[in-house]
Amino acid sequence: MSRTASRGRAGVIGFIVAETSLFAVFVVAYLFYIGKSLTGPSPKDLLELPILGTICLLSSSVTVALGSRALAAGRVARAGGWLFVTIVLGVVFLTGTAQEWRRLIVEQGFTIGTNLFGTTFYPLVGLHASHVILGLVMLSLCVIFAGSGALKAVHAERVEFVSWYWHFVDGVWVVVFTVVYVVGR
Amino acid sequence: MSSTFVSTEPTAVRDAAPTPERSGTLAILHDWVVTVDHKRLGIMYVVTGLVFLVIGGVEALLMRLQLAWPGLTLVPPDTFNRLFTLHGTTMVFLLGIPVVFGFANYLVPLMIGARDLAFPRLNAFGFWILLFGGALLYFSFIGGDGLYGAGSAPAIGWFAYAPLSERAFTPGNATDYWNLSVLVMGFGTVATAINLIATISTMRAPGMTLGRMPIYVWTMLTVSAMTLLILPPLSAAQIMLLLDRFLGAHYFDTQAGGSAIIWQHFFWFFGHPEVYVLMVPGFGFVSEIIPVFSRKVIFGYATLVAATVSIGAVAMSTWAHHMFTVGMGGTLDSFFAASTMLVGVPTGVKIFNWLGTMYGGKLRFRTPLLFCCAFLFQFLCAGLTGIMLAVAPFDWQLQDSYFLVAHFHFVLFGGLIFTIFAALYYWFPKVTGRMLSERLGRWNFWLLVVGFNLTFVTMHFPGLLGMPRRIYTYPADRGWDILNLVITLGVPLQALAVLIFLVNVVYSLRRGAPAGDNPWEAWTLEWATTSPPPAYNFAALPPINSRRPLWDVQHPDDPDGPHE
Repeated sequence: MSRTASRGRAGVIGFIVAETSLFAVFVVAYLFYIGKSLTGPSPKDLLELPILGTICLLSSSVTVALGSRALAAGRVARAGGWLFVTIVLGVVFLTGTAQEWRRLIVEQGFTIGTNLFGTTFYPLVGLHASHVILGLVMLSLCVIFAGSGALKAVHAERVEFVSWYWHFVDGVWVVVFTVVYVVGR
Repeated sequence: MSSTFVSTEPTAVRDAAPTPERSGTLAILHDWVVTVDHKRLGIMYVVTGLVFLVIGGVEALLMRLQLAWPGLTLVPPDTFNRLFTLHGTTMVFLLGIPVVFGFANYLVPLMIGARDLAFPRLNAFGFWILLFGGALLYFSFIGGDGLYGAGSAPAIGWFAYAPLSERAFTPGNATDYWNLSVLVMGFGTVATAINLIATISTMRAPGMTLGRMPIYVWTMLTVSAMTLLILPPLSAAQIMLLLDRFLGAHYFDTQAGGSAIIWQHFFWFFGHPEVYVLMVPGFGFVSEIIPVFSRKVIFGYATLVAATVSIGAVAMSTWAHHMFTVGMGGTLDSFFAASTMLVGVPTGVKIFNWLGTMYGGKLRFRTPLLFCCAFLFQFLCAGLTGIMLAVAPFDWQLQDSYFLVAHFHFVLFGGLIFTIFAALYYWFPKVTGRMLSERLGRWNFWLLVVGFNLTFVTMHFPGLLGMPRRIYTYPADRGWDILNLVITLGVPLQALAVLIFLVNVVYSLRRGAPAGDNPWEAWTLEWATTSPPPAYNFAALPPINSRRPLWDVQHPDDPDGPHE
């Protein structure tokens, strides 16, 4: 392993640790405020389990890993394909979140200012969604470069870092799902 | 001396290095603005910190003049609130952080024999975002009025307790400037911390094992790891505050069931370890300087490293000792009192490491060692009052009194700033190639010691007599007046000391004695290269077979290796 590579590895691990710390506080705030809203509605009234989105996001961890491995093995087209599938799965997840938010905000009139549930729900889910968007941007760049021929086997480690980030976003969703849709409901 | 190992490399390497040949102010400015060199960024960090030291010092001076005697009307109450807010924020985020991370920028790659930090451009980002944050904070004087005409600079205290920091109680933009400024500076600090961890963990020179790293590098590794864990929570809390203020969220809005206390938890989860993030690198400075001026190896290297890492670990669980008066209940009070006392143990170990190093050494009382000696006494006092305040019932009595203010100024001024001065005198020759004047250094030291102790030893007493912090004036019949006068009388001495330091820098840059590669006969790698070091740091490294590679070069008959 080259020196540059291990440097990047340490950097990405540090970044993910810092991000974990950031999310932890939003999760703690959510848990702390469960059931403390002075007015309705409560999570039970509004939230539905985002089953499809969750299945898509969790399986996208597999596809991104397959893409990353394919690149390491020098199979660029195959890697681009798997990364593209990852993007599709991520977009399905985001669409689910978008529909949920549209339903809550437009149809139910439930916003960040409605009560403490709204105050803690939107920033936590929104912070996660913004990370999904960032991940999709990075994955899209990988796919575009794979298509243009700029992506080569030497970039395998960088794509692996993208996959680590994507696994992290996935792991955060497991926590958010548990806290918001299981414990909090 | 350097010729013993530098000669292996042809001089062509040096000639090939880019030397700034272009002249003219604009070209020089351009070189500094676009630089990604860790040494230049380190210098810019430290200079930024010193500029803000002067600004924050002037704010303190104004507050002390106002408090010198009962009933003065020099500074109006609103302005006083802004002064202590900016003084605290400036000294922590714009003096402490830039100086600590600036020295690390400069020294860590040199000490581990690396060419630069792992991510030089990320490093430049960290510096410029910090400078931008500082500008944003002080821009609040102009822009803070916002559309509401409600005040200029922020007046919420440096820890910005909710609900005071909420829109209902601080309209206008001043609080938002504080919030955004600290938020972006936090991003820069996290970036630099990641950079340092990556550098230390992957870029050490061959032979530089973890067990041979200078203690200072260990302290920076520890505080960088802490930074990754504590700064994002502050950023998260600040994002919540932004959401409260701009989007009508209720995180800290007690009217809607929100909790003001959870802000305190989030803030101090950052705020307390932050004190260690600032102070532990100071321990690192002392651990490098005392052995060199005692002509001995550091006493108990392994215990010192273990104590450093333990401090980092235990300090993460002491934050709520800032909140004893909140009414957390007996269990939490006891837990945080115990954990706070526990952190005193590794800190005490370090004091013995330093004393053990000096014991029996051939002490050379040059300016850096003088500052280290004063640090030992003052930091011990700071630790003792810290243990007193860790006792929850004692804290109930003295919370938010001048006793507390005296305590934490003993830590951050008597501890941190004294070690920073020691470090400035110690490494100035390496950075500039010239020695600072010893004569001016002694004036600097003695004025600072006398002024500091006059002000801050005395400050304990009005606190014990019940004087609360953050009051802009006080009645005459409380027995606080003479004490406050004495406290204020110490300030001009400290201001003069800092002025002498600045004069010393300007004078020594032009007329100082040439330093040579290793003026202090020190042993760590940064002294193996020229002063100032070339852009590429090292043409060739000495072999690293012990914690003191330069000692081994100087004494091939008695190397350290077998003794470690």
